[in-house]
Amino acid sequence: MILQGREIYPGLASGQTLVSKMGISFYGGVDPESGLVVEKGHDLEGQCIEGKILVFPTGKGSTVGSYTLFRLAKNRRAPAAIVNSACETITAVGCIIAEIPCIDSLPIERIPDGAYAKVDAKQGTISFTDPD
Amino acid sequence: MKLTHEQQAMLDSKQGLATHKAMQILATLGRIYGAAEMLPVSSVQISGVSYDNLGEAGLAWLAEMAAGGGRVKVLTTLNPAGMDIENWQALGISAEFAEAQLRVIAAFEQMGVVTTCSCTPYLFGNLPEFGQHIAWAESSAVCYANSVLGARTNREGGPSALAAALTGFTPAYGYHLDKQRKPTLTVEVTAKVCGTHYFGALGKAIGDRLQGKGQVAYVRGVTSANLEELKSFCASLATYGGAALFHMQGVTPESTLFEAPEETIRIDGNHLALAEQQLNTARPEEVDFVSLGCPHLSLREVARIAQLLNGRQVKKEFWITTSRPVKKLADQAGYSQVIEAAGAKFAVDTCCVVAPIKGRFHAMLSDSAKACYYAQAKNQFKVRMLPFDEVVQEACQ
Repeated sequence: MILQGREIYPGLASGQTLVSKMGISFYGGVDPESGLVVEKGHDLEGQCIEGKILVFPTGKGSTVGSYTLFRLAKNRRAPAAIVNSACETITAVGCIIAEIPCIDSLPIERIPDGAYAKVDAKQGTISFTDPD
Repeated sequence: MKLTHEQQAMLDSKQGLATHKAMQILATLGRIYGAAEMLPVSSVQISGVSYDNLGEAGLAWLAEMAAGGGRVKVLTTLNPAGMDIENWQALGISAEFAEAQLRVIAAFEQMGVVTTCSCTPYLFGNLPEFGQHIAWAESSAVCYANSVLGARTNREGGPSALAAALTGFTPAYGYHLDKQRKPTLTVEVTAKVCGTHYFGALGKAIGDRLQGKGQVAYVRGVTSANLEELKSFCASLATYGGAALFHMQGVTPESTLFEAPEETIRIDGNHLALAEQQLNTARPEEVDFVSLGCPHLSLREVARIAQLLNGRQVKKEFWITTSRPVKKLADQAGYSQVIEAAGAKFAVDTCCVVAPIKGRFHAMLSDSAKACYYAQAKNQFKVRMLPFDEVVQEACQ
């Protein structure tokens, strides 16, 4: 299966998907030292985003969240790629300054959690290898 | 999006790494929000200045941009920092924090930013004109610039504001466009509103009903509002409602261009009383911290504090937060000496929202609805909100 979206920040990435149905606030919601989601009551609370294809509808919260993505990248705790339904300023700017491949405008509800996926952000695609 | 030859050259790294990264941010935002072109900006105000918010990563990015040859192309000022740049020791700031904060300021200075740190740049010369496109980030100043001045800005983040400063452009979307400035909701105010603290309560009462849905309120029933009242209202409406623009009949310049929308909500005395009550969680005897200057005080407000404190002694830790230029005027006028003789402290370049004061106090007294929000949410203080003059009186009891 290949889903087609649009490029936010280019780059190639592969890894396991980590799918959330909720918005993510990187500032305050994700610990930049450990990469763990720490927002109380979040459906990813306690999960680590490091190296994952992180899939969520859209960003929320403080604009300082862009710097949190940069800090995650410096700490080698950043996700391998970000996939949104509708990317907004905080996540987009964070991906540009942290150089994290990012795409949006695709039906994220069709993306299974924990699946192996490849993102070609320049082409705006996420693809899954069918299980043999 | 259509880019000019100059803008394309910036994107293609022909003007250095920092300008390339800056244009990449702007072009991407333009693409996301469907901008047709870039607009030249005449003024920038950057947020994300306090080291308490930026952290080492934010500082590293700013240093990279400065080292990458970034230089501002238009008048650019900064939001409050985490400390008084000249007088941080007196406010109990650690040497370690001060060192990091000064590196942040140095990075901005290297890029040609005017390093006056304030949320009220419009009070000292960074004053955009009606209809001008600007890129501001501080939420209360964004609301003030759009609504009260009639300038045009989206609510930028720190990096996107810096990107606008380094290129001189911002993508044409959101509040830069006529159609996005149209009011979507009428707010009929039936209560009498007067003073910064009531305007703050009004901002919360309305903001709580907007819920960050990008609504543009058309406020009716407020017959007059001075600079300080509007400053307080903007801060509160932006904090509680995420609003970047409102119109106020008979008060703001664009209110005459629009009809009041059909969808209407009413705000009466009970709504204001409830908002006030929600910002009064501390008993008077619990207060151990008093703060005036959110947003930063005008010269008129500093003068009023001096008048009220003349010959008296404050009994609690009392911070007066304002911009460096206003402090210098207050020094010249003799207000600062009166205020300091009474035992109150100037905390210039900073404020109670961005200074690292979590755990230092138990309960804060202020006239500001915005200050109360962050005191509760960020610093876990109890809060007490009173009219401006009463705050000064109670600080002396």
